[in-house]
Amino acid sequence: MSANKESWGSRVGLILAMAGNAVGLGNFLRFPVQAVQNGGGAFIIPYLVCFLVMGIPLLWIEWSMGRFGGRFGNHSTPYIVDTMGKHRLWKYIGVFGIWTNIAVAAYYCYLESWTLSYVFHSILGTFNGLDQEGVASFFDTYVSIGDSTLGIPYEAVVFYILCLLLNTWILSKGLSGGVERVAKIGMPLLIVFGMFLAYKGFTIKAGEAGASFDSAVGLNFLWTPDYTQLWSPTVWLAAAGQIFFTLSVGMGTIHCYASYVRSKDDIALNAMSAGWMNEFVEVVLGASILIPISIGYLGIDRVQELVQQGGLGLAFKTLPFLFTQWGEVLGAIAGVMWFGLLFFAGITSSLAMGTPWIGFLQDEFNWKRKPAAWSFGLIVLILGMPTVLFFHYGVFDEYDYWAGTVSLVVFALVETILFAWVFGMDRGWREINSGADIKVPDIYKFIIKFVTPVLLLWVFIGSLVTPKGGDWGKALSGDWVLDDSSIINKIKNSSLKRQLAEATDPAIIEQLQETLFFVNASRILLISVFLGIAALVYMAYKKRVREGRI
Amino acid sequence: MNTSALVVMLGTMLLVTGLMIYFFMRVLNAPPKPEPDSYLDNDDDPDRQATP
Repeated sequence: MSANKESWGSRVGLILAMAGNAVGLGNFLRFPVQAVQNGGGAFIIPYLVCFLVMGIPLLWIEWSMGRFGGRFGNHSTPYIVDTMGKHRLWKYIGVFGIWTNIAVAAYYCYLESWTLSYVFHSILGTFNGLDQEGVASFFDTYVSIGDSTLGIPYEAVVFYILCLLLNTWILSKGLSGGVERVAKIGMPLLIVFGMFLAYKGFTIKAGEAGASFDSAVGLNFLWTPDYTQLWSPTVWLAAAGQIFFTLSVGMGTIHCYASYVRSKDDIALNAMSAGWMNEFVEVVLGASILIPISIGYLGIDRVQELVQQGGLGLAFKTLPFLFTQWGEVLGAIAGVMWFGLLFFAGITSSLAMGTPWIGFLQDEFNWKRKPAAWSFGLIVLILGMPTVLFFHYGVFDEYDYWAGTVSLVVFALVETILFAWVFGMDRGWREINSGADIKVPDIYKFIIKFVTPVLLLWVFIGSLVTPKGGDWGKALSGDWVLDDSSIINKIKNSSLKRQLAEATDPAIIEQLQETLFFVNASRILLISVFLGIAALVYMAYKKRVREGRI
Repeated sequence: MNTSALVVMLGTMLLVTGLMIYFFMRVLNAPPKPEPDSYLDNDDDPDRQATP
């Protein structure tokens, strides 16, 4: 018998935990950058269309798969998918739903630890008196492990371990006593902090507190629609990708949370409520902070330059400097709110990443909650240390790409086919509607069966063979040169190898060779973890056979 | 702000906020289901006990 006797405390708690799982740093850092790079206000059209035909169906699929598996005492994807498909290989496909979480948690907790550290630095006034270069170099110093900014040796490592200990301790308290309690505190605080910063983002006036431009300049930049972009497959691919990552689908966390819901209780309305809560945080709050504030102080040209490096640079290297322009006290408050908001966004997601592994050990090997939680912390620490120690060698990015990007698309595609075509759409539809507190529109039966899998296949193929510069017109006319961001060229390390071939400076050549080594080593490590989990699934299968459960 | 940006921004924000509030209110106002249900906090709620 499974040692798993977990339960949610309340329905609102479950929705906040699910919304917290979806709301992550990407809501504040990735969405606005994607929007400005893909048609400004026009981006919202493909974005919302993808939410309706891919995001919502995937939420319903994962919630119902989870609840269905939970009925048979399964709380992690290997045996959740095993209950839905007859073939013995399905459970190994389900390994993705544990592996992704462990691998993502390994680098995500490091990111989360930066936010925790920056909350302290905002309180201590570390950024006061620094110019923009100073704040940017502070970040570089922080992630260079040997240096310290607080006088604490190996500061980044210390904060990473602190963050991991906090996550593990909360996980050891259980679903209702730990995860749900954090969501009930973290999500309302996140929204309050976000609303305060959004208000600041909307009320910047040129000439006041060092600002060079009104908020309107940044908001125009972000929201002015460029409708010509609507015909670009790259923009639709970016929108589909953003919907994908923002909802935390294809990870196995939603399945795990939903597996603790009984079949007579609603999932259809719960999924909609949590999904739209995530959209509110992303579209309303996420769009109102990073870009308007940055442009208010730095102007469009500079921000365009900075967004090429992604939202992380703006968040950690630029905003702390801009907050100091509001005065010492308000600057500190804004810093605490910004990094506090990111911390809550991060921790509610990283906690979700721990639950599939814990559920698996409880279900299959009768582990108690506490040792299972601490084993998660230990594995994440071991797997995460390379991202901390070799951050400058691309280990962090490698984990993010394979576990946090490619794996999600693959698993979501496979689970959608499983749900709609193997398990069967009629049974799947009954699962979605069982105990539902809303009427699910019938059109979704068609969307889930045909539209969502095709869209996911398109996202996957689009990522596998992305043409150079995203120029699909040129590619389809016969001149198909792969971009360095395509999965195929990533596997071949094309970008690194070209840089290596072009480099002449021995120091740069050495750096690139080391990076290539660490990139390949990261992949071997990630594959080893996947195989290790698959071996555990096999052991669990053998145990089930011995116990007569199969 | 220019008109098109303002229309897109306000339209999107009002739509998303409205739907978020609508679905959350539906959750809060959903009729309670009899015990045993999935949630611990209402286990002793007299209104939710299944009638024999």
